[in-house]
This record gives sequence, structure tokens and C-alpha cells, in this order.
Amino acid sequence: MLKIDKEKCTACGVCEATCAFGAIVVKGDCAEVNESCTLCGACVDNCPEAALRIEIVDKRTQVDKDAYAGIMVFAEYRHGSVAPVSFELLGVGRKLADKRGTGLSVVLPGGEVSRFADALIAAGADTVYLVEDPALQQFREDLYAAVLERVIRERKPEVVLAGATAIGRSVMPYVATAIDAGLTADCTGLEIREKDGMLLQTRPAFGGNIMATIECPDTRPQMATVRPKVMAPAEPDPARKGEVIHLEMEPAVLQSRIEVLDSVINEADKVNIQEVETLVAGGRGLDSAKGFALLRELAAELGGAVAASRAAVDSGWIPYPHQVGQTGKTVSPKLYVACGISGAVQHMVGMQSAEIIVAINRDASAPIFNIATYGVVGDLYEVVPQLIRRLQEIRK
Amino acid sequence: MNILVCVKQVPDAKDVRLDPKTNTLAREGVESIMNPFDRHALEEAVAIKEQQGGTVTVLTMGPPQAESVLREAIACGADDGVLISDRAFAGADTWATAYTLAMAVQALGDFDLILCGKQAIDGDTAQVGPGLACRLRVPYATCVQKTRQVTAGSIEVERMMDDGYDVVRLPLPALMTVVKDINEPRVASLKGKMKAKKAEIRQLSATDIGADPRCIGLAGSPTQVVRVFSPEARGDRKVFSGSVAEQVDQLVECLRAHL
Amino acid sequence: MDYFFTEQQQMIIDTAREITNEKIIPVRAELDEKNQFPREILHDIAKADLFSIFVPEEYGGLGGGCYEIVLALEELARGCVGVATSFAASALGIFPVLYAGSEEQKERYLPDIASGARWAAFGLTEANAGSDASGIRTTAVLEGDEWVLNGTKQWITNGGESQIYTIVALTDPHKGARGASIFIVEDGDPGFSYGKKEDKMGIRSSSTRELILKDCRIPKDRLVGRRGTGFITVMKTLDGSRPGIASLGIGLAQAALDEAVTYAKQRVQFGRPIISFQAVQHILADMAIQLEAGRALVYAAARHIDQHPKDMSKASSMCKVFATDMAMKVTTDAVQVLGGYGYMKEYPVEKMMRDAKILQIYEGTNQIQRNVIGQELNKEYS
Repeated sequence: MLKIDKEKCTACGVCEATCAFGAIVVKGDCAEVNESCTLCGACVDNCPEAALRIEIVDKRTQVDKDAYAGIMVFAEYRHGSVAPVSFELLGVGRKLADKRGTGLSVVLPGGEVSRFADALIAAGADTVYLVEDPALQQFREDLYAAVLERVIRERKPEVVLAGATAIGRSVMPYVATAIDAGLTADCTGLEIREKDGMLLQTRPAFGGNIMATIECPDTRPQMATVRPKVMAPAEPDPARKGEVIHLEMEPAVLQSRIEVLDSVINEADKVNIQEVETLVAGGRGLDSAKGFALLRELAAELGGAVAASRAAVDSGWIPYPHQVGQTGKTVSPKLYVACGISGAVQHMVGMQSAEIIVAINRDASAPIFNIATYGVVGDLYEVVPQLIRRLQEIRK
Repeated sequence: MNILVCVKQVPDAKDVRLDPKTNTLAREGVESIMNPFDRHALEEAVAIKEQQGGTVTVLTMGPPQAESVLREAIACGADDGVLISDRAFAGADTWATAYTLAMAVQALGDFDLILCGKQAIDGDTAQVGPGLACRLRVPYATCVQKTRQVTAGSIEVERMMDDGYDVVRLPLPALMTVVKDINEPRVASLKGKMKAKKAEIRQLSATDIGADPRCIGLAGSPTQVVRVFSPEARGDRKVFSGSVAEQVDQLVECLRAHL
Repeated sequence: MDYFFTEQQQMIIDTAREITNEKIIPVRAELDEKNQFPREILHDIAKADLFSIFVPEEYGGLGGGCYEIVLALEELARGCVGVATSFAASALGIFPVLYAGSEEQKERYLPDIASGARWAAFGLTEANAGSDASGIRTTAVLEGDEWVLNGTKQWITNGGESQIYTIVALTDPHKGARGASIFIVEDGDPGFSYGKKEDKMGIRSSSTRELILKDCRIPKDRLVGRRGTGFITVMKTLDGSRPGIASLGIGLAQAALDEAVTYAKQRVQFGRPIISFQAVQHILADMAIQLEAGRALVYAAARHIDQHPKDMSKASSMCKVFATDMAMKVTTDAVQVLGGYGYMKEYPVEKMMRDAKILQIYEGTNQIQRNVIGQELNKEYS
């Protein structure tokens, strides 16, 4: 509830001007709040008289935060390997653990997964919890969630991280609800706050137009998912030592109501744009599918692959596995050449961590130029052929 | 079959901006729409109803103006709309939202199938669906791209994974979140629009659904926003000028250092 | 311009607009290239209840009039005239039943038409009977409890796709104007088959075929109206449907104008967008003027017809002539404004120009329309 201190309020109107929802209005000699209030707190921050505050009723749980310690990564095994994002999480997890002065553990459920323990330790884990059972060979929401919930309840980590993958995004919210913990999805930044050791989770909202930093003040563990390719894995150190613990689960935990009838891998497009160092991407500005033939030439010249914005994929010019952006893949190549892409925020969210971004667009005011390292204003059908020729000349 | 679809009214995300001076959301002039993923969930529900018989109820948690997405849903084939609205819900994160929706679902009765869109385009978390499944203790599948078979007691679906898809069978009652590939939503029919105009939307408050005040709204939210800011423009930027040939030359010079 | 639509009319416009934007525009180039009938889109149109506009309420329809059909067709034509024609042809095909059919016939056919479960088509034209409808040679002879039809109809829209065909045949060849009657022939009737699909200049998504009647036997109750009233019903049918054709021209011209203005604002030559040149502005202005004049005339004619006046031929013919001649000019001008790009299939305007031509020809050529108007003027001033 937003509380207004009538004695302190001077009806100056700053709150009214600050509110984007029209929820607080000066009436007579005092401000009044109506039902449009979303408790965002903007007016509270801006009131010069400190006359506003947000009051929260009694919390439902007061967790003993000191009982929770350690950073835990929920790793993913699928179709024969541990997902690369798990190693990226160990990279950032290690930094958080060191900052916090605590240990880093990783949970890996699966059928037979003990062979991955060494690699996980080399990547930064102090403890590897293996949960092996034939029932866990195939991903099933209820089983993986039950396992993670059990491990969290027993080991009480203060932070749990998982990849924002199909598995992670399905399991983590279920577990967060089950154990009454806060979960932040698709984090692009994770930090430990100096003064109280709280995990600060930063993520885009409104399609990336806005960035928000989130904390979980009262609940534990603090849970977060992170998109693949956003964090960097640490250099593997084979000399690192760690503990491997096999966790047994009771039969009750391993009961599932879900049957997996089939598991189909997309063979259609073998190129994984997330694994390539150079990407040449095409967007609406190509005006037709033929533009991709030209981009393929440039990509070949640069030794890279072709990617696309959502507009290009929706127009049917190139299949979905090439799509970069909020509803596509996140990539962080060394070089990203964006051709005919305006730079809508939903696209930028998927490629802004590329080392060098080149933008080619006929519209000088296109937002892509705000994040491009190098920008060329021109018709891509004139620029790209010339670029290809110059690169060919240099090669000779 | 009694099918429930959870929908959300969202601002058209591409238009929302942050006012740099006040650090607040400038939502003026931004249209409110039905969350696109929910539109697909609704279409799937109506298609299943047309095959199997039954009813489709649409549920939304929101301010009073969210009623318009319920009417839109009825125009597109839903039978009933329910709005849960209360000032006490303000500031809810996904945990509190899943709680609130679950209480409403339980207050409304038994459902065989619950459908949600994969994520809302304003929050982008994709967390409410699984959270709701947890509260209702039903099996669930996320990112469903195709319904293969529905029987009285089970549903068989294709669930999108990062490298392809899995085919899973769930006993009913179950919950699914869907992706856009699952169907092409129909255009609202004339008869549907007329029905939607006249429809009575049930409205429920926090007390109507028996919600514990400590579990809803800001009070019930384990996550809190500390800070909101605009994404920064990159520092090291250079836009070339001149003829195309000149710009290409300059670009290649700069790239040579990196190639 | 604000035409002060009622709520129901606005609902019809909005629904048709959604169909155009979401279902027609994304595929229209492909349908045109592949000569492909828009079956999926007609199902979407049916699901949206647009087929029910022209069916009276007591038979499961919305009970709309000419004005409502015109508004729906205008929006659909903005997407693709071929698709809109396929939709309109079903209305044309069932009009004889609406005007002259028995109660039993209306109950048998109209509910399916309203739901879009079945489509209709109108079979009048023959190789020797285009503008001269009286030149038809298809015959219908009563043999006991059956009519036996023999003859060939040519260039029938929705031929081979529709299930219900209203066929005009000679029942008493020596009786001249009273010599023809209308019959309902259904897909599957013995002796009824289709010729090959025509390869056309435009409206290529519309299916145009011959209808072949060879000792086609149909039950007695398939006669529509009294024997010998065939040509009267044909006249009423065409009078009532001409504003629909006119509105195809309006929608088409609107689409062409939209493309031309958008392009002229973007295309930079001599350092400026070409819309800043007077020559281009004048072309666009004339397009816009003629379009709006056509729209106003079509709407006025439609409202007039909905009053069920004694004479609707003149209004009906006038709006058809004006709107379709205008559409031909506006689409041609649009190609001109887009210049070289306008000539390329990658841009939508060349298709629009090809589509426009038929509007001046079918449903009575614009020369025949002028005859009608001339004759009406003659009658009026006597």
C-alpha cells in the first residue's frame, strides 16, 4: 500500500508528474492515490519531503538466511553431453562464490553422468552432486523438479543458477513456487552486493527496452536463470580438486506422471549460429529472400555463418534456427555484421554482447547505430558487394 | 472437456520506453493487447473444444480495463470470461501471480486442461505457467508446439526443446504452455463479436478467491525490483561517411586489425 | 471521409480488414503465381461469419443488405480481387434463390451458404452468349419428374470449386424473353462435369471453368421461380450484384493508391522524395479524387438498392461503370508512379493492374452498362 504522510505532504505535485500511471494526484492540499497504483515506487524516490512510503504487511515467511550458504548450479545433460551453458554458469558461479567467500556446487541429474564430474570440477565446481537413475535419462518436468527441490531442501544453497534453456525455464519456476523462493529469469548480469552479500540480478524487460535489477530480500535460495552465451565459462583447470557426491533419491521422488514417447533432434539445419565466431545477419531491409544469397557470399568471405532477425524469419526468407533475438537465439560472436536490420530492441538483446558489431543500413537514424562499433549508412545491395570485392582483393 | 485459458493484457511491448528524467515507464499512447502467446493458447483451447466438446473459460488477473481481453477472447470462441481484480494484487511478481491464479482456478471449479501462453511479452519470464502447475499439483509441459492427440484422460503433445522436440503424454488434468508455432489464430467472427458485446464478465476479488493477503501483491512477492534503467549505448562507436566505396574502404581498414 | 457507419457495419469492415491483413495479403502473390484457389482463406472467411452477411436472419444469416456486402467486399478486394471475387461469386450464385426461390429451396440451401459450408456459382455465360445473354443455347426439357439439361457454360467463376450452381437454360426457345428458366444443379448430379481451369491475365486465384451438362438429370423441384421467368431473375440478380463488383474496384484502387503514396514518399531521386514533385503529386491527387468519388457513388447506389426501389438498374450500372473504369486507371497510374519497380512482380501493383481489367468486362461489360444507362435515361425523360 502506498502511504501518504498528510503532515509532510506540501502538495508540490512532483509525485503526480513522476507517476507514469496517473495513479497519484494532488487534490486540494494533499496528494491522493487511486487504484491504478502499481507500487513501482517512483514517486517515493522523487518526493522532496519524504512524505511517501510503501508499506508491506507482515511477510509470510521469515527465512533464516544464515542457514543457507553456497552457490549451486543446476547443470543439464541431454543427448550425450552436458549443455555448454552449465559451464558458463560455473564461470560466473565461481566469481560469485569467491566474492561471497563460499563454495560452488553443481547438481547433475541424468541416467549415467558420472563421467562429466571431472570436467565440472575443472570448470570451477568445488562439489559435484550426481543424481543418477535410469528414470532420469529422459527429461521429465516433474522428476527433474522433484530432484532439484529435494537437493535444495537438503543442501540449502543461498543461490541456485540454471541455464535459461527449455529445461531450465521449465523446471526452475516450478521449484521456486514449491519452495517459496524468488526466481529471476534471463539474467544478463549477476553480482554480489558488498554491504549484505545479496545477489543482484539484472535482466531486460519490455522486450529489452528497459533493464531491471532485482533482489530477493527475504527468501532463500535466490534463484536465477541465465541465457546461453551471455556469461563466459572460466578457463578449465584440470588441476582443480573437488568432491563428487552421489545422491540417492527415494523412489517417491522418482515417480513421474509424464511419459516420453519420442525425442526428435532437428537435423534440418546443422549450423549452430551460437558456435560460430562471425555472423552476417539479414533483416527486413533485405526486402526479399534473395538478399541472403548475397549475405552468404559475405559470410563465406569472412569465414562465418548467416543469421537473421525475426522479420526475415517471419517473412519466410530463412528458417528459424538462424533467428537471433529475444524469441530466437542469443549469440556473442567476435564479429556480427547486421545488414538491413533496424536494431529493434528485441533483436539487440540477442546480439549486443558481440565483440565487434558492424551495421549496414540505409536509415541513418536506425537504432542499430547506437550499438554498432562501425556503422555504414547506405544501401546494403551496394555496400555488401563492394565489401566482398575489397575483402577478396585483400586476400590476394 | 472443461478447458481454462489464462490470458494477460499487456502493453504492446515495442512501444514502451523509459523516461530518462524520472526513470519511470512512459506508457502513454501505448496500445493494450492480448499477450500474443495467449492468443495462440486460446485458439488451441477452442480447437480442442470444437473436437471434443466442452467449454472454454478465460481467466485474467488485472486491473478493471483487462476486461477487454476477456471480451476479445469470447469473440474468438471462448464461452466465459472471469476477471480477478483487486488493488491488493498490485506489485505481484510471478510467485504471487501463480498463487493468485491458482486460488482463482480452485474457486472456479474443476478443469481438465489448463492452457497458458509461454510467456508474457512485458515480463518475459515464462514463470507463471510452471508455477501455476506446481500450485495446482498437475503435470505440465512447456513450449508445446503441437497437440497430437486428446482423449478423455490424457493429452499427447510435442514439446519444443533447444535441439528439437520431445513427444510426451500427460494424464489429465494437466497444464500446457504454448508457443506460436502451435496454430494460426482465427479472426474473431461477427457472431463472436456480438456475443462478446453482450457477455457478462464475472469479477472476483481477493476475498472472493480466499487469498491469503501475505501471498498476493507486493507482500507475496519474493523478488523485488531494486532499480530500473535504460540499456546503455555502447561507447566505442564510429559511423562512416562519404561514398559507398569510401565507407567500405574505411570499414575494411578498421576490420583488418581484427580479422 | 466519414461515412457514419453503424456499429454492425463497422464490425463487418473490421472483420474483413483483419482477414485481409492477416490471411490474404501474406499469400496473395503466391496464389497469383500458382493459379491457386484460396480454399483456406474462404474457410477463414466462413469462420468469421462473413458469408452470412447476405443471407436473411431466418435462414441463419445476418440479414445484411447490399451496403453491408459492399463494405465487406471492399476490404477483401484491398487484399486480393481474386479472393474477393471467389467470395462474391458465391453471393452472386445464390441470389436467384434469394430473389425467386421457394421457401423449401431457401431452407435447403441458404443455411449452408450462410455458414460457408457450401459455396455457390452463377452459370449464365456461354461461348455464344456473353453480352447477348439471350443467345444462350443450353436447354432444359421436362421428362416426367426430372429436368434434363444439355449445354455448356463458359468462364464460370468458382466453376469446379462450388457445390451449388444456378444455371440459366432455355425451357421454351420460341418464347424469346419468356423462354428461359433457372435451375439449381449440384456438384455430383449425373451428367454434370467441369472443363479445364482457365489460365487468365488476372484474378488468377479465382477458378474459372466450363460447366458441361450432358443429359444432366435433376429433380423437378430444382426449378427456381416460375418457368419462363429466367431472364427476369437474371436481370434482378445482376442489378443487385453490380455494386459488389463496383466495390471490388474501390478496394483495389485503394490498395493501389496506398502502394503508390507509400512508395512516392520513400523513393528519392534528384535528392528528394518523388512525392515532392508536382507531376507525381498531381497523379496521386487525381487517383485519390477518382477513388473517393467512386466510393461515394457505390455507397449511394448500395443504399438506394437497399430501399428496394422499383428501378435500380441505372444506379447499379452507373456505380459499376465508374468504379471499374476508375480502378483500371488508378492501378495503371500506380504502376507508373512505381516506375521500373512497378513493373516487377516483386512489387504488388503489376498484379493489381492485371486484376483490374476483368472488372470492366464481367457482370456486363461497361459498354453494355452504358447501354442500360442510356435506355434508362430515355425511359425517365419520356
